[in-house]
Amino acid sequence: MTKDSQFGQRPLRVAIIEENSIRAAILVDGLREAGILDVEVIEAMTHMLRRLSIIDPDVIIIGIENPSRDVLEQMFQVSKLVSRPVAMFVDRSDGSMIEAAVEAGVSAYVVDGLRKERVKAIVDMAVSRFNAFERLQRELVEARSELASRKVVERAKGILMRTRQLSEEEAYALLRQTAMNEKRKLVDIAQSVVTAASLLEK
Amino acid sequence: MDDTPSTRSGRRAPERLVRVGFIPLVDMAVLVAAAEQGFAEREGIRLQLMKDVSWSNIRDRLAFRQFDVAHMLSPMPIASQLHLGSNPYCCFTPFALGRGGNAITLSLDLYREMQALAGLDGSEGALANALALKQVVERRRVAGRKPLVFAMTYPFSSHNYEFRFWLAAAGINPDTDVTMTVVPPPLTVDAMTTRAIDGFCVNAPWNMIAVEKGIGRMVATKADIWPSAPEKVLGVSPEWAEENPETLSRLVVALDAAARWCDTRENHAALADMMSDQTYLGVPSGLILRLFSGRLTIDPDGRVRHVENYLRFYGQAANFPWTSQALWIYSQMVRWGQVAHSEANLAQVKAAYRPDLYRDILAGSGTSVPLVDSRVEGLEETFIDGRSFSPDDIPAYVEGFPIRTAANAAVDE
Repeated sequence: MTKDSQFGQRPLRVAIIEENSIRAAILVDGLREAGILDVEVIEAMTHMLRRLSIIDPDVIIIGIENPSRDVLEQMFQVSKLVSRPVAMFVDRSDGSMIEAAVEAGVSAYVVDGLRKERVKAIVDMAVSRFNAFERLQRELVEARSELASRKVVERAKGILMRTRQLSEEEAYALLRQTAMNEKRKLVDIAQSVVTAASLLEK
Repeated sequence: MDDTPSTRSGRRAPERLVRVGFIPLVDMAVLVAAAEQGFAEREGIRLQLMKDVSWSNIRDRLAFRQFDVAHMLSPMPIASQLHLGSNPYCCFTPFALGRGGNAITLSLDLYREMQALAGLDGSEGALANALALKQVVERRRVAGRKPLVFAMTYPFSSHNYEFRFWLAAAGINPDTDVTMTVVPPPLTVDAMTTRAIDGFCVNAPWNMIAVEKGIGRMVATKADIWPSAPEKVLGVSPEWAEENPETLSRLVVALDAAARWCDTRENHAALADMMSDQTYLGVPSGLILRLFSGRLTIDPDGRVRHVENYLRFYGQAANFPWTSQALWIYSQMVRWGQVAHSEANLAQVKAAYRPDLYRDILAGSGTSVPLVDSRVEGLEETFIDGRSFSPDDIPAYVEGFPIRTAANAAVDE
């Protein structure tokens, strides 16, 4: 008897093993939106087995960059506490779903016998949320580097204004013109000015 | 897929990309040398080494074609063929990446307790250390203290079987007298520092790092337990191998040359430098070099032990995937209840190790290839318990162990 037929359509219980609390929150939100309310987050590896046996989840979502995956494998191999057989991914025949998951860095352990479409919805959700998190991270990094380049340009302008007695506008125009002439980015030219100035100091 | 080199035009064959998954450990040396020292390039291969964090990932990313081949624990192809573990994907190995490197390290507190109880002066061998541990385990049980917690890195790992073999050789039952758990290699030292575990079995460099941090005492090495044991192997995706037979052959030729280079003492400094890079291990090259030399600091008080052939990458047929060694690993899976023995399983195990491929590819090369695929193990290089392993009668070998676990007692399915 499969778990589904045993329990009818009882709400799925999902455990998320994730140390990054922002990503965990994004995932929990997504699952809630999809109507899956019974979600628990495990943040630390210590007592993972005990937490899992209390939560007794139908699906476990864990990032593939999480070294604790090997710990899970051992638990499923020998433990009586997590008593049911658990397998990664429901059905190997759904290659595209699995590839998308691996690409996004998601792995899922699923209780044997759960209906495929119920799990697919959860894995799809996790994949899109993992991707969204990656995007967020990337934007954050870009914003930071944007800020850093603005600072470099400001410093370069200051140096030119001081050493060549230029106005702020003239200093900026000089940087831009040099960048165009040398076919390089403005921020690279500004960085060269800052580096050169630091070499010439003292 | 066209996989034959275009030699007709006289031009160099196009470079073939081979993606290799690895876990940062010293025993991946042959792969690093092949990529960095020009051995792969000479065979028209560009090796892309891709770092990963868990053996589960190595297995899955090979299955889902993100890797073509991978640095793998020697029992992993066997477990895969036996459909053990989550997501079993049948891979095989035509080439072992070497021997040695593993060691068992106990927390310094535990070792000092053993010293006090058994009167160890520090010069004892691996078996005497295990017997001293047995005394501590007994005393703790009588005193009602909780069992010691020991870590290895994966359920289907040489570490798991070696740690268990060593414990059981001294009469300690790993399933009932202590608690065995999994801790990923880079986290072992931290886990011991925070007293989450009392000991671990892991490959280099983590044992020596624990000793140098003053928290651990090395009590046994792989060479003490069974020197011939294969450590890591090259795991190959069967689909990839079928599509790229020529590339696989060239890869084995490149790895054979790289392994020979790695075993040459004069190259160790250069090899240690390459491996210390953040891309690979990210630990000081001096430490790696000392591991190559087999001069191990085993106690925080500075005691040094010289282990001959602590790491071996080429010599003594270290790259040959012996069928008898695959069967020994299988015997330990049976012994500890991971799988029940059957005749059908034997065929599966033999599909995991492919000495025939190794022989076909390297016959007539400068490397001497063993004439047989299987032999009685433990005759020249003995097991710590003194018994030898005859691959013809696995049930008798397993039943000969006073300590073992029945198949249905430990495994879920």
